[in-house]
Amino acid sequence: MKTTIAHLKRGEKGIIKDISIDNVPVKLFEMGCLPGNEVELLQVAPFRDPLYLNINGSFFSIRRETALLIEIEKLNETRAL
Amino acid sequence: MSKQIKVALIGNPNTGKTSVFNQLTGLNQKVGNYPGITVEKKEGVCKLPRGIKAHILDLPGTYSLNATSLDENVVIELLLNKSHKDFPDVAVVISDVENLKRNLLLFTQIKDLKIPAILAINMADRMDRKGISLDIELLEKKLNTKIALVSSRKGTGIDTIKELILEYRKLPTEPCVNASVIDKDYFENLQNAFPDQELYKLWLVITQDVNFVQLNRHTIPDTSSFNTKSRSELKRLQQKEAICRYQFINGTLKEGYKVDAGAAKGLRASLDRVLTHKVWGYVIFFAILLLIFQTIFNWSQYPMDYIDELFASFSEWAKATLPAGVFTNLISEGLIPGIGGIVIFIPQIAFLFLFISLLEESGYMSRVVFLMDKGMRRFGLSGKSVVPLISGTACAIPAVMATRNIENWKERLITILVTPFMTCSARLPVYLIIIALVIPDKRFMGLNYQGLMLMALYLIGFITAVGSAYLLHKVMKTRTKSFFMVEMPNYKVPLLKNVALTVLEKTKSFVFGAGKIILAISIILWFLASNGPSDKYANAEEIVTEKHRGQDISEEDLNTEIASYQLENSYIGIIGKAIEPAIQPLGYDWKIGIALVSSFAAREVFVGTLATIYSVGSEEESTIKNRMAAEINPVTGGKLFNLASGVSLLLFYAFAMQCMSTLAIVKRETNSWKWPMAQLILMSGFAYIVALIAYQVLK
Repeated sequence: MKTTIAHLKRGEKGIIKDISIDNVPVKLFEMGCLPGNEVELLQVAPFRDPLYLNINGSFFSIRRETALLIEIEKLNETRAL
Repeated sequence: MSKQIKVALIGNPNTGKTSVFNQLTGLNQKVGNYPGITVEKKEGVCKLPRGIKAHILDLPGTYSLNATSLDENVVIELLLNKSHKDFPDVAVVISDVENLKRNLLLFTQIKDLKIPAILAINMADRMDRKGISLDIELLEKKLNTKIALVSSRKGTGIDTIKELILEYRKLPTEPCVNASVIDKDYFENLQNAFPDQELYKLWLVITQDVNFVQLNRHTIPDTSSFNTKSRSELKRLQQKEAICRYQFINGTLKEGYKVDAGAAKGLRASLDRVLTHKVWGYVIFFAILLLIFQTIFNWSQYPMDYIDELFASFSEWAKATLPAGVFTNLISEGLIPGIGGIVIFIPQIAFLFLFISLLEESGYMSRVVFLMDKGMRRFGLSGKSVVPLISGTACAIPAVMATRNIENWKERLITILVTPFMTCSARLPVYLIIIALVIPDKRFMGLNYQGLMLMALYLIGFITAVGSAYLLHKVMKTRTKSFFMVEMPNYKVPLLKNVALTVLEKTKSFVFGAGKIILAISIILWFLASNGPSDKYANAEEIVTEKHRGQDISEEDLNTEIASYQLENSYIGIIGKAIEPAIQPLGYDWKIGIALVSSFAAREVFVGTLATIYSVGSEEESTIKNRMAAEINPVTGGKLFNLASGVSLLLFYAFAMQCMSTLAIVKRETNSWKWPMAQLILMSGFAYIVALIAYQVLK
């Protein structure tokens, strides 16, 4: 199973790998949702939908159905100072 | 007058574009609609140095030149069409210093269209706190433009914008990104096919149809013959374009934009932790709603009572001062109360929009949308439908106006259509008097029946609204693809000037938009109620006086009986009698018929009309109630207001579209008579059927 943004837990980060181009609107690309950029899941609403994200410094929320179309690689770092 | 410089303000949403617009134009602005669509068009005049003026057009906020909504499409249609009368001499691109990276994407696109562009970097007052430093000179060089560092909050940098607008001819127009590198062959062929057109413009025209179908763009070159790529190939290229632009932007900002990472996330993270919390988020939202509606009810009561009295005394004054005659009656009984009927809504509209714009400006509204979206989506509504629906319990008119924030047209239309089902405050007087008449004042397990009935009516209103939203969602075809993406902006202290201008603008748009229709209908209703075709109406005074000759009757009683006799023989009375066969199965007589027709002006008129028709001198509730309780149904011989007819009436008022003001505002907001007429027919038809069933079952 592919790991997507929808598989992130609150506070987790990932790097965007691949986007299902045909189903994801251009608007998301323009918000910075592009391969190679970092994504952080900041908050989830009840029933895990919608998801509140920080992608490439932009803060926005998208529905779960869209998040499932964006494949990522989880970053399992414990960022120590 | 010399020619004005045409300026277009363009920018992402939440960059403070409207604040800059307000700073530039002050009160010299007007808000209208783009022809044929309900997108707001804001324009104004700005005085520049040396006596030159600029015409400023505040375009809808957009993230890029790829439209996904009607609002955004306005921007593209204008920028792609050089012969458009509003085509700008210069574009001022507003950006937010904290989101500069994303904001520059739109800027590079506008540069590619070779439109002279000034970059205004707004929210400069936040730079210190966020540890941001800019190398303006370097950025100007890299971006091929002039930059104004602005704080619309503090009012700084506005003069710099003005100076730059004045000197717009000196702005470089070379693009900063060459988009054609994403597929050289394709772009070469495209240029060869349309040698007279600008390349980036052609590309935008081709890709617009991928994003946003069904548009008539007759003013732009027809590229439909040039379809050498499939939809998904084009989309792949669009992604490449975005990557290409971001590469350029990242390279530029690397040198010219520094953030001191020591300045942490701060306010956003800690506020979000509470405000979007699974439990506390909702608790706080409902507490805020409660506060808002309590204050709307309480605060607007005083100005509304005052307006009511003011217009009543003004009307009396007009009647006493002007020479008696038809014309004076028109003014004192038709025109003045008609205007009063519009003005009375102003307090509620102003208060609601005061709160809504505070929530919007602070950034909190996006969090509400985030919390409510999932729940509302099931019914074809959006997270943004929550506020209009709940506002509907005060009054449907400001509520319908509040749907403007919903970008998706289908969700917005559904919200507009179902909002009038919510129990508005004008239904309350009708409910109270009928409940008092027909529902026993007894308790069951400590609960008062009358209170339960009132609560049930509120619940019925809400359930019908949501249920019909669900049906509409299933029935209506979507024209545009629905896509949900809500930006979560930074929390900000609202700017008072912006809030005040929003309130002013919404109030104006109600008074001058819907007001005309309300005034026209109320004058028609007045005419119908105060004129009659036969001698009976004209000679009402003599007929009634003759009837009581020799009897001991006070002048006051005589006058109220004359009024009642006049109403019975007026056009409206005749209509009431004419519809009697239709409303008899619902348990009503012609007197209720008259009240139904006249309360179309506003539901609460029902009580006043019954007072006139039963010739009760005062509008004191208990007096009317006693009189109504004594009324006999001519068909059954029993009481006219019993449980069956009472419940039937309550349900009729719960569902019927008995409010011309709502129809007028829906007409204004949807820009067609189609939707208000559909509401009128469907809601009132549904009300009729439900009331019929209720009466026949309970009889």
